[in-house]
Amino acid sequence: MLGPRDVLLTVALAHAASAAMAGEMDWSGYVSAEPRIFFQSPAFANQDDDHVSPSAVAAPELRYEWRDGRNRLTLVPFYRFDAGDDERTHGDLREANWLRVEDSWALRVGLGKVFWGVTESRHLVDIVNQTDLVEDIDEEDKLGQPMIHFERWTTGHGTFEAFVLPGFRERTFPDEDARLSGGVDIDEDGAEYESGAKDRRVDFALRWQDVIGAWDIGVSGFYGTSREPRLVPALNAQNTVVLTPHYDVIAQAGLDLQYTRGAWLWKLESIGRRGYRGSFGALVAGFEYTRFGVLDTQSDLGLLLEYLYDGRGSAEPETIFDNDVFVGSRLTLNDPEDTALLLGAVVDADGESVIAFVEAERRVAESWKLELEARL
Amino acid sequence: MSTRCTSIVLATCALVVTATIADAADTASPEQKGRGIAEEADRRDEGFGDSVVALTMTLSNAEGRTRTRRLTWRTLERREENEGDKSLVVFHEPRDIEGTAFLTFTHIGSADDQWLYLPSLKRVKRISSANKSSAFVGSEFSYEDLLSDEVEKFDYRWLRDEPCGELLCFVLERRPRYEDSGYARQVLWVDQGEYRTMRIDFFDLEERHLKTLTFEDYRRYRERYWRAHRMQMDNRLTEKRTLLEFDPFEFGSGLTERDFDPGALTRLR
Repeated sequence: MLGPRDVLLTVALAHAASAAMAGEMDWSGYVSAEPRIFFQSPAFANQDDDHVSPSAVAAPELRYEWRDGRNRLTLVPFYRFDAGDDERTHGDLREANWLRVEDSWALRVGLGKVFWGVTESRHLVDIVNQTDLVEDIDEEDKLGQPMIHFERWTTGHGTFEAFVLPGFRERTFPDEDARLSGGVDIDEDGAEYESGAKDRRVDFALRWQDVIGAWDIGVSGFYGTSREPRLVPALNAQNTVVLTPHYDVIAQAGLDLQYTRGAWLWKLESIGRRGYRGSFGALVAGFEYTRFGVLDTQSDLGLLLEYLYDGRGSAEPETIFDNDVFVGSRLTLNDPEDTALLLGAVVDADGESVIAFVEAERRVAESWKLELEARL
Repeated sequence: MSTRCTSIVLATCALVVTATIADAADTASPEQKGRGIAEEADRRDEGFGDSVVALTMTLSNAEGRTRTRRLTWRTLERREENEGDKSLVVFHEPRDIEGTAFLTFTHIGSADDQWLYLPSLKRVKRISSANKSSAFVGSEFSYEDLLSDEVEKFDYRWLRDEPCGELLCFVLERRPRYEDSGYARQVLWVDQGEYRTMRIDFFDLEERHLKTLTFEDYRRYRERYWRAHRMQMDNRLTEKRTLLEFDPFEFGSGLTERDFDPGALTRLR
């Protein structure tokens, strides 16, 4: 989506706050100002020639517990105002749910968020929540998902989870004249569904996870509307080419595995999917090795290496991770400011492209955190 | 038996027992004596079950600049062979790390298990426990300083007895038997009356006296369990220090294995 050798720098300054209120209610959250700085001129004619694109976020969180913590209501609204991208100005309810916890089971009903997975470069098995892609292209921001989430755990047999997912969230995309759009108009209003129920379809997911010695293992299954749309070219009413998101019904099985030993973390995520036109598999496998107290300092230096493979056919939603290597380095200063730096690059083994990024963060004052993100 | 007979029997027993202890004390090697002190201290803390405490951590640098952290520490005592306690630490301040949690299962004779919970991503991440000598959240306490002090993890040697403040202390040395420690040895002052640790000197791998930890404001819970409410770690090389100030402890709040399960971390918030 970035043009050739585009450099994007995002600076975010966030202020976090929280307070306990009367009874068992507490609120927390953050506000942040986040200008994005583009170092090159836009690659495509219809993009705005803005080198600085400011935005601001408000993300309060409200929690209320009762009956000794057995019941909790959570409310997490989110709103971003973006001066450079109309589509990026958006709001969401990240969470709006009721949680009930008992000795051997828990139930969460409402809009929620779950994370599945162990790898760093690509989160293959994490399927439940839709990606809020307009937030960031690293696909780590998620939209709230309506769910009835039941968990049951037994000693020695891990945790079993069942999800009923009534309702679908469509993926968010940047506006065509915004800098990260690739110059293409994505006609979100014209989204098509394989399922007759469209975004009111009820999807299902199952998961089992356990810790067995040094192994953390998760096995999952999903049946429903894929969160990844196929972007199909079409002509709109004005006779210009637009991409229409098509959401197919899929079945997907996932495995996530981590083996931890000494300073080494060995990770694997793998999926098998029956997609739009046949089945395919994909995997991400790699390790993270950390040197604690490197060079006689208090800092930790980690080395990350992951191989990414995706065997999908050309009819499926596109991915750039078909045969790639991710290499990264994580530096944690272990200082009172919690300074951390992550450098990474994804190299296409077919020799076509390199994506590089740097992420840094540091607390600059009590409750104020500075984050820098640069992408090449 | 008549009362008089019972008294004689008891007195004889007491005499025999005392003689045996005195005998044992005289003939015990410094290593055995040191270990005996550690075992007695451990025995006196047995049975606390579970505890929850909130604490404030104040980090100061050589110039006197301070930063504060606030966290809650939950502990579950485990009594099986080769298992140490389970700990769950949840951060409250600074606000940008609020809800971040750190879970440890301590094992004896094998590596600990550790998980980190990142609330903004709802991600539970198992991390390496080779981080023993690493600074815990930027403080002067390293992970090995804070995590479960099981008797089996060290070799001991009693050095001497000496006064410590108004009390009389055993002074003993202990050397870590586990991997990845940042210390060659530690010297502990343990009070003879209640077996509470009053002070620890830490010596790094080059045998430099690196840090000193002092324990103050001991309070007794349930008529048996002593807990210090003020712990100060001074780094003698960098002149930085970290102060831990504990709120009153809560014992027996009904914590179970379920509360210390990695899967339970996502339900913290």
